[in-house]
Amino acid sequence: MVAASLLPSLALATPADGFVPLATAVDRAVDLVLDDVWGTALDVLAAATGIEILASPFIQRAYLAAVCIAVIGPLVGSFLVHREMAMIGDTLAHSAFAGVAAGLFVNGVFALTIPPLLTALVVAAVAALAVQALVDHAGTYRDTSLAIVLTGSFAVGSVLVTATDGGIAVGINAYLFGSLATVSRVNAAILLAMSVAVSAVVAVAYRPLAYVTFDEVGARAAGLDVTRYSQLLAVLTAVVVVAAMQIMGVILVAAMLVIPVAAATPVRGFKRSVLAAVGAGLLSTLAGVTLSYWYDVAAGGTIVLVAIGVYGLSKAAVRGRRRS
Amino acid sequence: MAAIDVRDVTFGYSGRPVVEDVSFAVEEGAFLGLVGPNGSGKTTLLELMIGLRRPDSGAVSLFGAPAAEFDDGERIGYVPQDVANADEAMPITVSEVVRMGRYPRRLVGRFSEADRRAVDDAMERVEIADLADRRVGRLSGGQRQRVFIARALAGEADLLALDEPTTGVDAESRESFYELLHELNAEGITVVLIEHDIGVVTTHASEIACLNRELYFHGSPEAFVETDALADAYGGSQHVVHHDH
Repeated sequence: MVAASLLPSLALATPADGFVPLATAVDRAVDLVLDDVWGTALDVLAAATGIEILASPFIQRAYLAAVCIAVIGPLVGSFLVHREMAMIGDTLAHSAFAGVAAGLFVNGVFALTIPPLLTALVVAAVAALAVQALVDHAGTYRDTSLAIVLTGSFAVGSVLVTATDGGIAVGINAYLFGSLATVSRVNAAILLAMSVAVSAVVAVAYRPLAYVTFDEVGARAAGLDVTRYSQLLAVLTAVVVVAAMQIMGVILVAAMLVIPVAAATPVRGFKRSVLAAVGAGLLSTLAGVTLSYWYDVAAGGTIVLVAIGVYGLSKAAVRGRRRS
Repeated sequence: MAAIDVRDVTFGYSGRPVVEDVSFAVEEGAFLGLVGPNGSGKTTLLELMIGLRRPDSGAVSLFGAPAAEFDDGERIGYVPQDVANADEAMPITVSEVVRMGRYPRRLVGRFSEADRRAVDDAMERVEIADLADRRVGRLSGGQRQRVFIARALAGEADLLALDEPTTGVDAESRESFYELLHELNAEGITVVLIEHDIGVVTTHASEIACLNRELYFHGSPEAFVETDALADAYGGSQHVVHHDH
């Protein structure tokens, strides 16, 4: 049902005549990537391994989403965790929830078809900049500012959800807990596009981000615009949270920013630890999606539990190595 | 040309002045020891000098440009307070940190041969080449300081600004660290060092600035020892109150 309510997002881009060629081009690109490249690859894998479910388009989209989340979550999370800003992910997830609620509310009241993901993205990005400003000014009280924004946004969301006659409360559930069912073709394409964008930005800004993460004062002394890179990181976090929210759910989405990174911390070398965190993320999301499909349980929760398992194994391995 | 020129600088936090009406210049190639009691505004003055803060009034120029707008960041190597003790969980290695010295020049794109050589030379120079692949967080305090110095050298810094770099470092490492600073200064790098150990400063620095909100002394170590500046600065609060009457 939620998938259906999101479908108009593509329709929104198409009506103006001038956009038709662009929309067709986007359509073709989506077809090419989703069906010709990813679909064919998994079809081949399904034929080779005899695992038939891999040939189902629904499962193919779920695994695509799993890969995207596993890449961008730890990629951005590595900087957050080592700046001791892990809580910002959770805070922005809750603002994204307020954004979804606002989108559904506006659509419900004014009979519009604004995609809730878009409002979520806008609200989360604005919240990201607001949180960054609060952290810069409040200094030692950063926990308090984050808690205020976190609970405040969730409060706004819950008020908006109940302000209509319960019609949107049904849709909200899928965003709160996440669901594989929300990964429609359109959403898969949006998630993929967001993931490519986030990965490209991190690849380009890796050096200043790493410098600021390791030594903020030193980075400022070296002439880097620390405020701007902090804002960039906050906005990237907002994008990741919104992208991953559909599957992980608002409540659990921050886990993908933190747990794989924590699991990869024993790896020596920051760049290598980022790659290892993506590896840990892939293991968690692919295993999580598979288990969630087999046992028909929530994908977000399963992914987080597997990720915590990976973290536990990593900690145990470090202990074992120290003892031997 | 003066590397740093501080003119009538006043700076305060929420109206309370921390640095008041300070003027002095640091010539290129100098080794300035900045001393003063705790809370005397030394760190703030150092931050003003390298452009991390903007003075409320007065002006700081750094290599001839306004310090707060100075954009040749790689010319300044900054070693922050407490690097030796920071509990660093980030799994970054020594060579990754030293490479950061090149980042202001090369924010994107492959490192050139010259970049790589500068990084290798810097690690050789401060004798941490054998630690290149170790985690910075697992090093001793003394080793960690050398990593920060190497980062500055990799960037071919002309000025080293150090804020009490040897707090919590054993005596032997301290001595060899100051010898290294001395050598680097002899090679032409300007050094500004905040240090609470007056003995170290008078031994190694070529000039001393003594601060307690106001500047009490600026001149050679020999002259510093002979004046009452130190006693005045450390008994400074009474001294200033006395003036107000």
